[in-house]
Amino acid sequence: MKAADRISRYSAQERANHWVVALLFVLAGASGLALFHPAFFFLSNFFGGGTWDRILHPFLGVLMFLSFLGLMVRFWSHNHYTPADREWLRRFRDVLNNREEGLDTGKYNAGQKTLFWVMVTTTILLLISGIIIWQPWFAPYFPIGLLRVAVVVHSLSAWVLIAGIFVHVYAAIWVKGTVRAMTRGDVSRAWAKKHHPAWYREISK
Amino acid sequence: MASQSLDITRRSATTTQPPNIRGDVPQVAKLIDISKCIGCKACQAACMEWNDYRDKVGTCNGTYNNPPDLDADQWTVMRFTEYEPEAGKLEWLIRKDGCMHCADPGCLKACPAPGAIVQYGNGIVDFHEEHCIGCGYCITGCPFNIPRLSKKDGKAYKCTLCSDRVAVGLEPACIKACPTGALVFGTKDDMTHHAEGRITDLKSRGYAQAALYDPPGVGGTHVMYVLPHGDKPEIYEGLPKDPHISAWVSVWKGVTKPILGLGLGVIALGGFIHYVTKGPNEADDEDAKEDEHEGR
Ligand code: HEM
Ligand code: SF4
Repeated sequence: MKAADRISRYSAQERANHWVVALLFVLAGASGLALFHPAFFFLSNFFGGGTWDRILHPFLGVLMFLSFLGLMVRFWSHNHYTPADREWLRRFRDVLNNREEGLDTGKYNAGQKTLFWVMVTTTILLLISGIIIWQPWFAPYFPIGLLRVAVVVHSLSAWVLIAGIFVHVYAAIWVKGTVRAMTRGDVSRAWAKKHHPAWYREISK
Repeated sequence: MASQSLDITRRSATTTQPPNIRGDVPQVAKLIDISKCIGCKACQAACMEWNDYRDKVGTCNGTYNNPPDLDADQWTVMRFTEYEPEAGKLEWLIRKDGCMHCADPGCLKACPAPGAIVQYGNGIVDFHEEHCIGCGYCITGCPFNIPRLSKKDGKAYKCTLCSDRVAVGLEPACIKACPTGALVFGTKDDMTHHAEGRITDLKSRGYAQAALYDPPGVGGTHVMYVLPHGDKPEIYEGLPKDPHISAWVSVWKGVTKPILGLGLGVIALGGFIHYVTKGPNEADDEDAKEDEHEGR
């Protein structure tokens, strides 16, 4: 297929921003999981041991949040729900079985939009709760009762975010031709027509 | 600071059995008889001397509490309360505060660093500072507000019940220093028995509610108080009436995490199964070929 036949989906800046977030997510997530359960403590070895893991994790988290702010601003307006999304959700089983004919999906489908809002919510919760439990800088200023709540909020939102990212990564592998959108920035016409027909119509106008 | 031991009941962030070949080791306890304490702080000084720490010189906050609070460099403090049981009658309550050495220690439960907190067979809960990562989770776990992070090295410290002395058959430094016998140390059974005698005596002298403080909410403690007003532990500078590990900490450190950890595995496996049963979602043959070409 010739390059001219391909449709641009993400600019170079958007791609760079996405991969910075992804890298920081892996680093923040792995260093956080090390503290989550002994089964994951070995991950602290990648960060120079338990103490370094503890020191670095909050900084990685804050950097992830700041870089995610970029994605949030870029993609916010594309993620409002439309009536077509309701239809997509109703036919979720069909979608899972690779039968998405007749769905008039825009730039993002309802699943992607839901994941977007899950990411927005959990990263904000992670930031707030993470700052509250951050030793030795901020935690001493908060009552112990609040620290107890914050650490539960932090680990639960981290879990939801990690689980969401698993789904996000799998979806990219499952729907062929998607990874290239974020590595090279373009998709094929067939891809756009099949998975995001409403978006395709809009950009071919 | 902890000493090496073959009698370890629990070890933080460790899911296998810690060394414990001897099994049953006698349980120890420190008994603090509040009715006999004169507030001389000999125990505070002895603790500083044996454990070789020096808190910074602070300022007087208008009470006899000096220093005013526990610190990484202050593992025990005497807390003074002026209490009026009835109008015109004054009682000066003095409570030696420090780690209670809970049978079910919230600090150890909360700790994410393998081996940073251990509970010996004799019941002493000890911090291994060289394994401590400085996260402060023990502070959230403790129902008595005891552990403190040091500003010097970022590690958590608290009373060791002189585990190093006890390990070689000595009594804790504070016990040795106490001039009135308000502090005694021995097996938990002996201390409970000794407390009964003290409570009988206090009751005969007008303290009808005198009682032993060995709170069941944390499985009992290896530091116990004889309280003349046993029905009102709160009056002794906020000693909790029914301490237990916070429900938030139990949710956070209980069954939730193994289940959540497993959940991530299930989601990952689910993706794989979906791929091999439903197959990839391809837009057209061109795309598929191209992806193969790109090695995706
Ligand atoms: C947004 C900024 C963030 C801040 C300020 C932050 C801060 C913290 C802090 C202070 C802790 C306590 C342990 C320590 O001292 O390091 C912690 C634990 C943790 N963090 Fe974060 N974090 C952030 C983002 C994240 C992200 C993005 C993830 C995962 C994707 C994450 C996952 C975790 C996990 C799993 C734990 C362990 C919680 C537990 O022990 O239950 N954090 N975080
Ligand atoms: S009093 Fe606090 S620091 Fe001491 S054993 Fe109990 S939970 Fe741990």
